[in-house]
Amino acid sequence: MNKNNDSNSSNHVILRVQNVHKSYNGVEVLKGISFIMNKGETKVIIGPSGTGKSTLLMCINRLVEVDSGKIFLEDDEITSAKNVHKIRQEIGFVFQHFNLFEHLNVLDNVRLGLIKVKKMNKEEATNIALKELERVGLKNKIDLYPAQLSGGQKQRVAIARALAMNPKLMLFDEPTSALDPELIGEVLGVMIELAKSGMTMLCVTHELGFARAVADEIIFMEGGVIVEQDPPQVIFNNPKKERTKEFLNKLTKLYGKEENQ
Amino acid sequence: MTFFQIVQSSWRYMLDGLWITLFLTLTSVVIGFFIAILLALSKMYGNKALYAISNFYIEIIRGTPLLVQLFILYYSLPVIGIRLSPLTASIIAFFLNSSAYQAEYLRGAIQSISSGQMHAALSIGMTKWQAIRFVILPQAIRRFIPSWTNEFIYLLKYSSLSYIVGAPEIMAQAKFVASRNFEFFKVYLFAAIIYFLLVTGFSEVFKYIENRLKIPGTLSQARE
Amino acid sequence: MESLQIVINSIPYLLKGTVVTLELAFFSIVLGFMVAIFVSIGQLYGSKFVQTFFLLYERILRSLPELVILFLIFYGLPIIGIRLNPLVASIIGLGLRSSAYQSQIFRGAISSLPKGQVDAAYSLGMTKFQTFFNVIFPQAMRISLSGWTNEAAVVLKDTSLAYSLGVIELLRQGTYIIAVTNKPLLIYVICGLIYFALTFSLSKGLGYVEKKLAIPGYEVRRG
Repeated sequence: MNKNNDSNSSNHVILRVQNVHKSYNGVEVLKGISFIMNKGETKVIIGPSGTGKSTLLMCINRLVEVDSGKIFLEDDEITSAKNVHKIRQEIGFVFQHFNLFEHLNVLDNVRLGLIKVKKMNKEEATNIALKELERVGLKNKIDLYPAQLSGGQKQRVAIARALAMNPKLMLFDEPTSALDPELIGEVLGVMIELAKSGMTMLCVTHELGFARAVADEIIFMEGGVIVEQDPPQVIFNNPKKERTKEFLNKLTKLYGKEENQ
Repeated sequence: MTFFQIVQSSWRYMLDGLWITLFLTLTSVVIGFFIAILLALSKMYGNKALYAISNFYIEIIRGTPLLVQLFILYYSLPVIGIRLSPLTASIIAFFLNSSAYQAEYLRGAIQSISSGQMHAALSIGMTKWQAIRFVILPQAIRRFIPSWTNEFIYLLKYSSLSYIVGAPEIMAQAKFVASRNFEFFKVYLFAAIIYFLLVTGFSEVFKYIENRLKIPGTLSQARE
Repeated sequence: MESLQIVINSIPYLLKGTVVTLELAFFSIVLGFMVAIFVSIGQLYGSKFVQTFFLLYERILRSLPELVILFLIFYGLPIIGIRLNPLVASIIGLGLRSSAYQSQIFRGAISSLPKGQVDAAYSLGMTKFQTFFNVIFPQAMRISLSGWTNEAAVVLKDTSLAYSLGVIELLRQGTYIIAVTNKPLLIYVICGLIYFALTFSLSKGLGYVEKKLAIPGYEVRRG
């Protein structure tokens, strides 16, 4: 099921994170994070809560500013970019709590960015929105409002909303951890399809089944640093670090065997 | 005249007015509170007739201006032989008015106590009125405190209306002073400062008390 | 029968007063609304100085009796050379007071919105202002509506204070009629009923709007 791991040969770098530091109220959450993502890669970040995984994603999208270090999207430096809005259009973000616009129906949620940010005309925006909603299997729900949807449906709309902007990179911040167990599958299904279609994806998630199925690499973070970064086979079968092994054991106990989906 | 001279020559009058304002406010809020308990309980637990009467009263009072209520009491009652002093008429108008608002806040506070409390009280053999008296009201009153303090502040400000019928509170004193020295703006500015200090002072004190008494999750719901 | 005749004769005058009362209420609420939007945006997005300024503005207006505000404006503005007729002075006084309360309602609504939606809007590349007008504002307006209904009724009732500046609104028309007929109870009760009818229809009307604008499946918290 794994994608070709040496697709790196194309070596088109989408995201480069260099020595990123971030503190909140004197507590250092990120202590020098560096990694690279090539086009079409999917990387999964795992690690105990409070290790700065979400903060890292927020930094990439400049929802949070880094203290030091640099982040590049292709050749553009995100961390110093004047026009942060331009950068954000090229990076999709999927939130743990969906964050749909409660006052807009499904179609308008997906269209809003296209019309207001990309200044598209309504017709064009509608076509794109419908295409993305079809991709997440919700084309028949376009008139409903967020409060009328299940959690899984909400998250799929949120994914469509991010995809509609045609981003170069998608960030997922624990997209399934606010969902009831029976709803997780539909969201992971969409994400797996997306990964296979060649989207570059950076996901914070503890769905090990998903990681095994599509991740090119798994990044294990703890205490604000990257402890280990390896392909799933290595991480799952013979991790290089003892901490990785301990954490995975704990995860498997918590979430059961890694065969969601 | 400078502002300072105005203050110097008028503070005694204003102080007299201040006492009347405070007396007016406090009396009205307290009497209003007791009527409010009756109104709220009738509306929530009373029979159809009690409900209809208290509901009608609350709606009419809340739907009409305080000044109109005051005029009816002060100017109309003499027609049927009841002559009230401006101060008495004001107090009656204010507590009748305040009782309707306080009743609604009280009702809100009572409703915010979960129905489980009532069930639990009934399940140990209490009557409905015992449950209200010993379980519901003691909890509801605490939640009611923030609205009550807001109501106090509200009446403190609106007690100025009694000036229009001639009760000798702050505004009436201000008018008295201003009509002698013709410094209307400066005198009213002085009155404004007194009100500002009064309202701010009371708000701070109430805030302090509320924080001391705070039950986590307390809701306040007051008219503004 | 005499009373009935008096009532019938009074109707045109009371209606005239009612129109003035409605004018007062309408313009005060609109003025209050516009200033409130300005004030709340300043408080939310302004510099420290702007925030403090508007906070003080709100604090002062909320601490003063409406009557005092009216007198300060009526007697104060001529000092700086602005002479206003009582009607305009009343609208300004009622409107400014209301702006302080409306901006509080509005800010409360904004801060009750889940912060995640703002992040989501930013993540799509929206600017602060795009986010405000497309995401925050439409939702805050809906949440504010019940508070606003309340505030509009307060302003409507407070228009009676314009009486004290000599504006010939409903209550003063009533007083004029009483001066001729000497029927205070009858006339003031009728005035009261007119006010009641106005506040009642205002609440019902805005309640209807609120229901119309409600977002399906989304329970708007009642104030």
